[in-house]
Amino acid sequence: MTHKLILSSPLLEITISRLCQELIENQIEGIETVILGLQPRGIYFAERIAKELSKHLAEAPQIGQLDATFYRDDFRRRDPVSPNSTHIPFIIENKRVILVDDVLATGRMVRAALDAMTAFGRPAKVELCVLIDRIYNRDLPINADYIGKSVNTLSTEKVLVEWTEQGHDADKIWLITHP
Amino acid sequence: MLKSPHLLGIKDLDAESIDLIVKTAKEFKEVLNRPIKKVPSLRDVTIANVFFENSTRTRLSFELAEKRLSADTINFSASGSSVKKGETLLDTVNNILAMKVDMIVMRHASPGAPHYLSKHIKANIINAGDGTHEHPTQALLDTFSLREKLGDLAGKKIAIVGDILHSRVALSNIYALKKQGAQVRLCGPSTLIPKHIQSLGVEVSHDVKDTLQWCDAANVLRIQLERQQIKYFPSLREYAQFFGITRKILDELPKEIVLMHPGPINRGVELSSDAADSPHSIILDQVENGVAVRMAVLYLLASRA
Repeated sequence: MTHKLILSSPLLEITISRLCQELIENQIEGIETVILGLQPRGIYFAERIAKELSKHLAEAPQIGQLDATFYRDDFRRRDPVSPNSTHIPFIIENKRVILVDDVLATGRMVRAALDAMTAFGRPAKVELCVLIDRIYNRDLPINADYIGKSVNTLSTEKVLVEWTEQGHDADKIWLITHP
Repeated sequence: MLKSPHLLGIKDLDAESIDLIVKTAKEFKEVLNRPIKKVPSLRDVTIANVFFENSTRTRLSFELAEKRLSADTINFSASGSSVKKGETLLDTVNNILAMKVDMIVMRHASPGAPHYLSKHIKANIINAGDGTHEHPTQALLDTFSLREKLGDLAGKKIAIVGDILHSRVALSNIYALKKQGAQVRLCGPSTLIPKHIQSLGVEVSHDVKDTLQWCDAANVLRIQLERQQIKYFPSLREYAQFFGITRKILDELPKEIVLMHPGPINRGVELSSDAADSPHSIILDQVENGVAVRMAVLYLLASRA
């Protein structure tokens, strides 16, 4: 098993800063932007995005956590995944929702998240922001609007994202290859 | 993941599985407070609710849980069915399964009926009450409601008051509470407390005021007159005098306790109206939590298919 570092400080901060500039650039006049981090690992990246955005905006965007476990399409086809908490302390109706996840691979989790989000209302616009886009791994016609870094990976490889919030020494994103 | 494909009783469940069900139920409770309360998890699962005995809460609660999970449901009640023509339990259930049913929720008057069924058929079975034996989902929702109020139950003092002898809720609750490290005391007339029940690690008392002073929460049970073939106490009035809980008794306690009842309440017998409707009471929270807990059980068992 080999670990290859694909992103870490200080490039990671530059990437987050660039993504936030893009998010601000695409703001829609008169429509509030809110952020939904996807459980379990997108929530840390969402918090970073929200923190960086608040430096540039008069008002910090509202942030929530969305869990799509009950909307997965592989239930009864594999071992069940434990659900995580959903916490959306605001209304998403008629707002611009930025779905935030750490890694985009097959797109199935995003499909489930779109379904889960719909239970809370009808946003004006939904956009997807991911830190790592694993190109050529997609099972569904889903693409991200904001991409931190695109990586070309095999489906047998794994992308591991480590955040200091999870107890790691530093923020590091690894590509793990099994021999 | 649960270890068994069935939920027959709390006796076979370990503390880890109880934790898993409670944790999953917490997430489903959040789902039930959304504008759209339905999730698609069980959309390819068909569930039969087979009730050989009367039920209001449990049946409605299971049916609502199934619908919230997008399962297809069919309902069967013994009255007005071919059971009256002499069809056996196994034949009845096998006929239901022949219609491609994945899970069976069953209530039956005979203790052990779901256990018997689980040995002979290929479907997930959930015991919704078997005679005077067990009622596992009730104990799980009681656990969930207690944990909401008291946090971790280890070391907590829980009293179960009333007709212990005929109560499946009592037995399931004793198992559930002991597995979570709680102290359990049973209280009722000696005729309604089973002999040798202390072997399950519980205390027995016949003094309701003393028991209420001791406990953090009291689960008050219904006097099950329909199961009592002989007289266990002279009159309901006398029972209410000695074991009935009133607002006055609750107000005189040194600390506030949590009051539970699995329903249906005999108002004026085991609980007076002013006690049942007092702020101590979490009886309606129990009903609300019942749907979330049953969703968790159905979800976790369906994933084992």
